[in-house]
Amino acid sequence: MTTAYRPPRDHAWFLRNRNYTVFVARELTSVFVAWAIVFLMIVIDAVLNGGDPAAFAGQPWVIALNVVALAATTFHAVTFLNLAPTATVIRLDGYRLPAWMIQGGNHSAWLLISAVIAYFVLRTP
Amino acid sequence: MTEPDAVSGVDGAAKQAGRGANEEGEGTIRRVTEPDAVSGVDGAAKQAGRGANEEGEGTIRRVTEAKHHEVRQTTTRTITLEVTRYRPGQDSAPVLESFDVPLMDDWAVLDGLNYIKDQLDGTLSFRWSCRMGICGSCGMNVNGEPRLTCGTFFTEFGDGPIRIEPLKGFPIIRDLVVEVDDFLDKLRHVKPWLIREGEELPLTTEHAQTPAQLEAYKQYSMCINCMLCYSACPVYVLDPDFLGPAAIALAQRYELDSRDMGDRFDMLNLDEAVWGCTFVGECTKVCPKHVDPAEAIQRYKVTAAMRSILPWSRR
Repeated sequence: MTTAYRPPRDHAWFLRNRNYTVFVARELTSVFVAWAIVFLMIVIDAVLNGGDPAAFAGQPWVIALNVVALAATTFHAVTFLNLAPTATVIRLDGYRLPAWMIQGGNHSAWLLISAVIAYFVLRTP
Repeated sequence: MTEPDAVSGVDGAAKQAGRGANEEGEGTIRRVTEPDAVSGVDGAAKQAGRGANEEGEGTIRRVTEAKHHEVRQTTTRTITLEVTRYRPGQDSAPVLESFDVPLMDDWAVLDGLNYIKDQLDGTLSFRWSCRMGICGSCGMNVNGEPRLTCGTFFTEFGDGPIRIEPLKGFPIIRDLVVEVDDFLDKLRHVKPWLIREGEELPLTTEHAQTPAQLEAYKQYSMCINCMLCYSACPVYVLDPDFLGPAAIALAQRYELDSRDMGDRFDMLNLDEAVWGCTFVGECTKVCPKHVDPAEAIQRYKVTAAMRSILPWSRR
């Protein structure tokens, strides 16, 4: 029994299976979620201290980074909300709510909140 | 799978090994009339001597000629099976060995392995028992994916080849046989049985359940302990301390059972248990019984979080 062979750790495990690769990509998009928070704090700091947030946000590299961040955070949010039914079992009168209803509710709430925020941010003073 | 007879003839193989070695000289005919479960560990170890004489060290051998088999009279098409071989004490690491077996439309990969065992190389070791997806013994990596070999048919793979390896994440005892002690320890740890408290009722006592109460846990009770989910789980493969999908799913099965009075919170609410899961979801994809261990784990995360916020609440 002691002669059992123990395979070495596979450092490229996430390349062995497409689903592993997609999973790791999803996890890596968390970095852009963190960046979005940092960017928001920088902009808020500029507004509160009388600075010009547009001066920072308008720089080409910030715009480029934010375009990538938007795509990454959207991917992160969509995949996260789509996984929610796995953790949430909702029963109505014994009937288990199907996954698409929970996902639909999540996405609808997301769009509604985004629209409300966009309204306040983008409206002309 | 915990039963000794589910580990295909460990002792039986030991006895048959001697017989095989004595009866089978080069070019002789050994007629096999029915599959015998001689895919044993110890037996194979005794056969290793014969294998060592026939096979060069570290070579990849190609076996194409069956000594005799009735199948050859009905088909001329073959498919190549690339099978992991590991002989403890002889091999420093596993190697692949190719075998050509008859390509039959109604053959599963397990049939191919049994053909090799019976006709080409009796030293090949692997586990199997029921051949109908119930015992969970014959799980292996087939073309990189954890599968029950009894339910994986040649027709999926065209002309082949098919690569058959031991389940990833477990130490290899020999060829396709992996060490399952760690899994069994984890299984015992979560107490996968009904825990009752208070007065012991007569054995004739019924514990009636409504259909809704049955439905709450039924899905998770379908687990056959085949360990495919462990092999598919990168968290377990990278960190063997992780409790793992099947053990958590079975714990959840009893947590959701209205007859159970136990509380597995302390064994599940840990970094090495539900919180170690990163929700890759492969465990659910490979489960041959549609248990959905990923769901069991995520649901218990919600339960554990609620109990941490509301410590007076129970499951």
